[in-house]
Amino acid sequence: MKKLMLFASVLAMSAAAAQAKTFVYCSEASPEGFDPAPFTAGGTFDASAHPIFNRLTEFKKGTTEVEPGLAESWEVSEDGTEYTFKLRQGVKWQSNAAFTPTRDFNADDVIFSYDRQGNAENPWHQYIPGITYEYYTSMDMQNLIKSVEKIDDYTVKFTLSQPEAPFLANIAMPFASIVSKEYADALDAAGTREEMNNTPIGTGPFKFVAYQKDAVIRYTKNPDYWGTAPIIDDLIFAITPDAAVRLQKLKAGECHLMPYPAPADIDTIKADPNLTLDEQAGLNVGYLAYNTTQAPFDNPKVRKALNMAINKDAIVEAVFQGAALPAKNPIPPTMWSYNEAIEDDAYDPEASKAMLEAEGVTGLSMKIWAMPVQRPYMPNARRTAELMQEDLSKVGVTVEIVSYEWGEYLAKSMEAGRDGAVMLGWTGDNGDPDNFLSVLLSCASAGEGGANRAFWCNDEFSALLNDAKVTADPAERTALYEQAQVIFKEQAPWFTIAHSTQYVPMSNKVSGFVMSPLGDFTFDTVDIAE
Amino acid sequence: MVRFILSKLLYLVPTFIGITIIAFSFVRILPGDPVLLMAGERGVSPERHAELSALLGYDKHVVLQYFDFMGRLLQGDLGNSLVTKRPVLDEFLSLFPATVELGLCAIIIATLIGVPVGVLAAIKRGSWFDQVSMTAALVGFSMPIFWWGLLLIIFFSGILGWTPVSGRISLMYYFPDVTGFMLIDSVISGQKGAFVSALRHLILPSVVLATIPLAVIARQTRSAMLEVLGEDYVRTARAKGMPQYRVIGIHALRNAMIPVVTTIGLQIGVLMAGAILTETIFSWPGIGKWMIDSISRRDYPVVQSGLLLIAALVMVVNLLVDLTYGLINPRIRIK
Repeated sequence: MKKLMLFASVLAMSAAAAQAKTFVYCSEASPEGFDPAPFTAGGTFDASAHPIFNRLTEFKKGTTEVEPGLAESWEVSEDGTEYTFKLRQGVKWQSNAAFTPTRDFNADDVIFSYDRQGNAENPWHQYIPGITYEYYTSMDMQNLIKSVEKIDDYTVKFTLSQPEAPFLANIAMPFASIVSKEYADALDAAGTREEMNNTPIGTGPFKFVAYQKDAVIRYTKNPDYWGTAPIIDDLIFAITPDAAVRLQKLKAGECHLMPYPAPADIDTIKADPNLTLDEQAGLNVGYLAYNTTQAPFDNPKVRKALNMAINKDAIVEAVFQGAALPAKNPIPPTMWSYNEAIEDDAYDPEASKAMLEAEGVTGLSMKIWAMPVQRPYMPNARRTAELMQEDLSKVGVTVEIVSYEWGEYLAKSMEAGRDGAVMLGWTGDNGDPDNFLSVLLSCASAGEGGANRAFWCNDEFSALLNDAKVTADPAERTALYEQAQVIFKEQAPWFTIAHSTQYVPMSNKVSGFVMSPLGDFTFDTVDIAE
Repeated sequence: MVRFILSKLLYLVPTFIGITIIAFSFVRILPGDPVLLMAGERGVSPERHAELSALLGYDKHVVLQYFDFMGRLLQGDLGNSLVTKRPVLDEFLSLFPATVELGLCAIIIATLIGVPVGVLAAIKRGSWFDQVSMTAALVGFSMPIFWWGLLLIIFFSGILGWTPVSGRISLMYYFPDVTGFMLIDSVISGQKGAFVSALRHLILPSVVLATIPLAVIARQTRSAMLEVLGEDYVRTARAKGMPQYRVIGIHALRNAMIPVVTTIGLQIGVLMAGAILTETIFSWPGIGKWMIDSISRRDYPVVQSGLLLIAALVMVVNLLVDLTYGLINPRIRIK
């Protein structure tokens, strides 16, 4: 009888195992670590911040709209400098073999999560030697956030040094994930602080199970998740760096979904009856930034004339194979405040030539920098540069194409006396126009080491951005950003190239996957048909 | 023999110091630095750059940095990765078994096929077998590994479906690392089918990694055999009426093996180079892929300590080859 019961229970267990749904994602790279705060790579956030953790505010799935996360609601003071968050109650922390939480998520966790990043005196600021908080620092959070106070267990008040309209979007970003104070204390007591980064404990839809570097990450469904529970039981990241191999794995059924297919494979994927290809306009821009401090590129009319000499549609066709929208503005059309009314400079070599002559520019020779790597906003910079070279030769401009190894390219392109126009791009972090315009084109970022590779500083433009930053009303902000785009177009510090389309190939069995405009891969809503 | 070993060991000391200098300076000669690469398109202000460089200890003079590195090295501290913040040695030890497993399989395949093919080609010199096998060896030697690996994946995994595309074992098996060698751990785990799955995953990458060494070994064996077969003692053995298999197996092969053993030993370096590409294609979690990632991110501690560990390993293997060589041929250790 005993044997029979054992047999029955084994049977029941294997039946349960057969029903367990395991979703395999062929991810591109190993995460840098599992603590979301110190790292910057998108692949790291897909492996840590999104499955395991939550933030006070979250981006609504498939959008860049901000919705309540661990904060149920919030109030903003009249002057826009005080944010009071009401925290969600009954949110359970995850557990693992070494840690069992004794309390739910509360205000102490919020304060700890921010303080350890911004306060150098916090014992957890340097819990691993050499650790830094690059997102927190580069977004100037340490100066923006004056204090984070606990009003009661479920109320926290953030006081800012100035009004900051994008604040709610900023704290929905992965670096602002809320970690457990109680877990940190337990690790402190055990003398194993580095486990904060190795075996994460969060409040998110999935629990971390195991990680083998460069091979596999395993997660299991968090049974106590406060939000809508995931449909799949187990989530596996099969780390597969090569795009061609990822596609072979997808075709062979070794994984269900993959990121970043090679542009050349798109047609094959579309033709495969077993695969589905989701696509979405990317929240990105590829551009060519003139050095606006260098003659004759300091003259907006010359820049405008050069822009008119380049056949943008031909680049989109030849380099992006049509998988992009020609860009006329520095922000993509999927972003709010995109100025639809602006007209792109027409491709007109004759007019361009005449304009250059009118400005007294003849026999111009210039350098165009092409980056050596493929980026999400630019599949082939070299080829793009060659097309530009050909177009510009037709208006009498001689172009020399230069390129450096990626690290050197980033460094040299920032140097103040840089010779030539540099090709580069940007992918949005949080869906706020400020994250494009201020980062890439403001006077503040035109200094040495800033991301403004055109070194373009227009006082009127920067003033509009600063006004928009401290204005809370979305309609007013939209008007300011729309006006800023008009100035941008008149001044032409860049030749705006394209907004590339993002593709996600997946097995036909997959349903419920939602593409994120921010390029995140999240799996709490996916299902697989057997 | 003891003197022979000691003299060989003494040679290792200056070589090792030389390697530390090369490993240390190699990654610093590359343009760009880890701080810039971390910042990417976002850029980093000169103040922040200086702050981060100071935090990482890269604001000091490069010679001081070298002595820091050596000082810590002598205490057994290889530093922490700038990217993952984990100790370099931990990462190395967790990835190394995968590379060894792959490399051993490759060298076994290369030797088991390369030596017999070389011997046969030498005996039947000028025959169709000789010509076909040596042409194949030339093609194999010139094969771009990346392309070859992808070709095999598409054919055997994609079209025929005989082997899995990539990875070390099917994801349905999950057990903790014991030795780090998947073939052994899968047996220890006791899970049904795990060993077979691990073996199936190992086939394609080891064949790809074995290709170049196999070609080199086959050609080397052939030429060594041809030389030996022309020697007087072989002619004498034949004249005595000794059967062909004994002439080849005992008199010729043993003498021909001396340069072949050296060649096999030297292939360890070739394997390391090949492992970088093979591991990337087959998503094989080994040290080749680890090194490449670290170089492109300018992860100084990983590159310098990783190179050092790999170089030390190649040195030890070469030493063992030298010693084996001495065992096979007494004249060498007496010299």
